[in-house]
Amino acid sequence: MERKPMTLAEKLYLPAIFKGMGITFSHLFKKKPTVSYPEEKRPFSDVFRGLHILNRDEEGRERCTACGLCAVACPAEAITMEAAERQPGEEHLFREEKYAAKYEINMLRCIFCGLCEEACPKDAIYLTKTFAPANYGRKGFIYKKDDLLIPNPLTDPEGYEKAKGTIGTGIK
Amino acid sequence: MLLQIDWFIIIEKFILIAVIVTTALIVAMYSTYAERKIAAFLQDRRGPNRAGPFGLLQPLADGVKLFMKEEIIPLTSSKTLFIMGPLLAMITATMTSAVIPWGWTIDVAGRQVPLQIADINIGVLYIFGVVSLGVYGIMIGGWASNNKFSLIAAIRGASQMISYELAMGLSLIAVLMLVGDLRMSTIVTHQVQHGWNIIYQPLGFLIFFVCALAECNRTPFDLPEAENELNFGYHQEYSSMKLGFYLFAEYINMFISGVVMSTLFFGGYDIPFVNEAAWGPHWWVGLLGFAALMAKAFAFIFLFMWIRWTIPRFRYDQLMNLGWKGLLPLALVNMLITAVVVLLLNK
Repeated sequence: MERKPMTLAEKLYLPAIFKGMGITFSHLFKKKPTVSYPEEKRPFSDVFRGLHILNRDEEGRERCTACGLCAVACPAEAITMEAAERQPGEEHLFREEKYAAKYEINMLRCIFCGLCEEACPKDAIYLTKTFAPANYGRKGFIYKKDDLLIPNPLTDPEGYEKAKGTIGTGIK
Repeated sequence: MLLQIDWFIIIEKFILIAVIVTTALIVAMYSTYAERKIAAFLQDRRGPNRAGPFGLLQPLADGVKLFMKEEIIPLTSSKTLFIMGPLLAMITATMTSAVIPWGWTIDVAGRQVPLQIADINIGVLYIFGVVSLGVYGIMIGGWASNNKFSLIAAIRGASQMISYELAMGLSLIAVLMLVGDLRMSTIVTHQVQHGWNIIYQPLGFLIFFVCALAECNRTPFDLPEAENELNFGYHQEYSSMKLGFYLFAEYINMFISGVVMSTLFFGGYDIPFVNEAAWGPHWWVGLLGFAALMAKAFAFIFLFMWIRWTIPRFRYDQLMNLGWKGLLPLALVNMLITAVVVLLLNK
């Protein structure tokens, strides 16, 4: 490597220092790229794949029939479910004769690929534009059916609409 | 009565000391906030903005945090010295403010009250003496920690202080030759009459400023606390408020050196292009002068911070080279030229 002796201007340090200080000073007035998170949220892309949501129909009945196609499609094996038969008198709760008594997604395993969404024949599972909040333990990341279900449109229409709004269009 | 004590002067000085020390502490407190904000802005960030509006309560939150931290004194340290280190740093940092003239003499109920705690005839020497004592805080703290890094930092601090004090003193002598007095108040009044010293001593100021950076252990000369080679150097073993004292002392030093530089080179409490002395000794004139001095000091604090977040740290041999081979001869030449010019003009 060629090492030239320093010129007088370089030896003085000062011109270089002033130049550097000019550069930092110009940054004082630059626009900050920071997003003040809790108050201000970054808009997500329409194809963003975040937390799952279990859908209901217009009458507030769960759409999932526990067919297990999502669990089969899942490359990370994050979905577990247990099926149960709908009893007479439960028609207002479940859309089909079979329903998921237990439905769990392990958010630590999930890779948010959206294959479950594509596998579902009943329009029951969607990925939303929200992401999993921090948690204190691994147990907290195993989302139960209660955590995943969309609010009932009959009892909580507002919450239902809000949750519906977070569902992205997906890659179609 | 031989010993006639003027009680008013005691009360007057007491109030002045309280006000000035409080001011220095508050300025130091908010310097930490300013440092973080300026660092953030220079790096395209936002800085602390969670505690209070614009994060203005951040220094309070930091203080509470420091108080709540566990106090750790290493088993192998010398306990007395370990505690004395931060105390000394703090005391010497606040002591410097005693001889600085903070504003015009004001008239309180027929009494002439100078806004200066002690107008001693060796004011400049006093400042230098106390500032040199400041390195004992670093040395004692670093040595008492019984830790290699702290010890290296202490040695670095001491040798750096000695090297740069020489050039600083020499650049100051040129100023003293112009003024002809060591009294701080005379230095200011001389500048009010003849124009600021910066006009006559630009090179002297530059040398003084670089040395002040070194004396305050600020980047690019913050070798005693070089984070990446010495693990925070002399205050590595310190925790809780003892660490807080060290950090605080650094900021007070910064404020005081800003004030000293304003006083020595930028006319102190003088407002440029305005003849305030003609307005008479009203309290608001004194206050205006004080505000002018503070504005100058704040400008220096900003400059210190601006430099810190721009320039990387010097290597140790570069530091010594600059001090002994660069600044010292330059200060000598500056002093000589000033002496010759002063002699010729006085003929």
